[in-house]
Amino acid sequence: MRVEVEQPKCVASGQCVLAAPDVFDQDDEGIVEMLTDRPGADRYEDVKEAAALCPAAAIRLVSE
Amino acid sequence: MAEISTVTPSEHLEHPDYPMPRAAGCPFDPPPALLTLQEQKPLARVRIWDGTSPWLVTRYDHMRALLGDARLSADTTNPGYPYRNAAGRAGDQIRRTFLTMDDPEHARLRRMVTAPFAIKNVEALRWSVQTIVDGLIDRLLDGPRPVDLVEAFATPVPSLVICELLGVPYDDHDFFQRNTRVIVRRTSTPEEVVAAQNALVDYLDDLLGDKQARPGEDLLSTLAGQRVDAGQMTRREAAQMGVLLLSAGHETTANMIALGTVALLRHPDQLALLRDTDDPKVVAAAVEELLRYLTIAHSGRRRVALEDIEIDGEVIRAGDGVILAGEAANRDPRVFPDPDRLDVTRDARQHVAFGFGVHQCLGQPLARVELQVVYSTLYSRIRTLELAVDEDQLDYKHDGLVYGVYELPVTW
Repeated sequence: MRVEVEQPKCVASGQCVLAAPDVFDQDDEGIVEMLTDRPGADRYEDVKEAAALCPAAAIRLVSE
Repeated sequence: MAEISTVTPSEHLEHPDYPMPRAAGCPFDPPPALLTLQEQKPLARVRIWDGTSPWLVTRYDHMRALLGDARLSADTTNPGYPYRNAAGRAGDQIRRTFLTMDDPEHARLRRMVTAPFAIKNVEALRWSVQTIVDGLIDRLLDGPRPVDLVEAFATPVPSLVICELLGVPYDDHDFFQRNTRVIVRRTSTPEEVVAAQNALVDYLDDLLGDKQARPGEDLLSTLAGQRVDAGQMTRREAAQMGVLLLSAGHETTANMIALGTVALLRHPDQLALLRDTDDPKVVAAAVEELLRYLTIAHSGRRRVALEDIEIDGEVIRAGDGVILAGEAANRDPRVFPDPDRLDVTRDARQHVAFGFGVHQCLGQPLARVELQVVYSTLYSRIRTLELAVDEDQLDYKHDGLVYGVYELPVTW
């Protein structure tokens, strides 16, 4: 699974960082940054949660 | 603006009045009529104060879908916007902040103030919040009993924190708390709301002038120095944004602290789980559940459709107002099993107490830290905390923009 983020959509809610802090980070203005776009399988649940919690639908999971 | 209703008078008879009353003796539960609509007519039309009939959305999945839909506008200047009351209309028409703008204007302005609310920046404030909370509890313990927890603790916590973050002198808190209360009170007249709004903007405008001359390390100095001086916004716009940030955190977090305390005192088993844990994850989960269970923003998120939107067999027409009732969505049994039960151990993170979509509360990371610190400290330091009056004497804010109690006399 690959993770994509759309920074222009991000509203800096920080939900993704709280759900999966080893996959998502924020820049100085709180905008989402990815630490890895291919998280391990053991991180899938948290990444799915991050995508579900994102209020701006800025996170997308792509199956490969 | 002309008051337009898109339905005929005879159809009004079928439309229940909104807002609806809570059931007597159930201060934490949403109005029963909201939950009946959720089951029987989740996309319903209701009649509001000005005689118009906006849509009322009560189901969780509809609320998330619609709040994430750019065809619904938060811009109060669009015809058909369902104002809360005449005072809300007067206030919204002079208040120009990102709260009532759509993208891209909304995103441009919001991004100017997101930095302090990034998770790591808020986490860096946790110690400072803890110091504020501990200091206020020290004063409670040294002071007289009974005491009003709203005035002596619940209100000063978020006020001291946001003042520190913005660089606003806390000594002026009587002034801005009084004016904030006028803005959120449902019974205020339009004139009172406009006067309060203008007084706050004038105050922030002066303060921004001081910050331009003598900048500090705070958010208002950053706005004054990096945004106003660079011509990205006028000082008046920065002042309006300052008012939004100063007032938004006050009534909300303060009411979560006070009403959360009432709810926990009525659920001693849940209170014990919070009081007796050292685990930050347990505390964080409890905060999410209390946010869900109480959903203090109980006046509905307000929007207006810019285009026709088809949802679940209904069509919301362009120009129709839409009210999204988060307090009902957060009790939707399709998402939260046994939703009326306060269970601090459940996973409630997907609640919509902060809204959803691009307008989701900017201050939510800060609110979370404040509530986590308060709930993990207050009840463990004052283990015998209890109400100093009978429960039925508490005066709930049925008339407020934000739900809570006016006073909370407690002793220990």
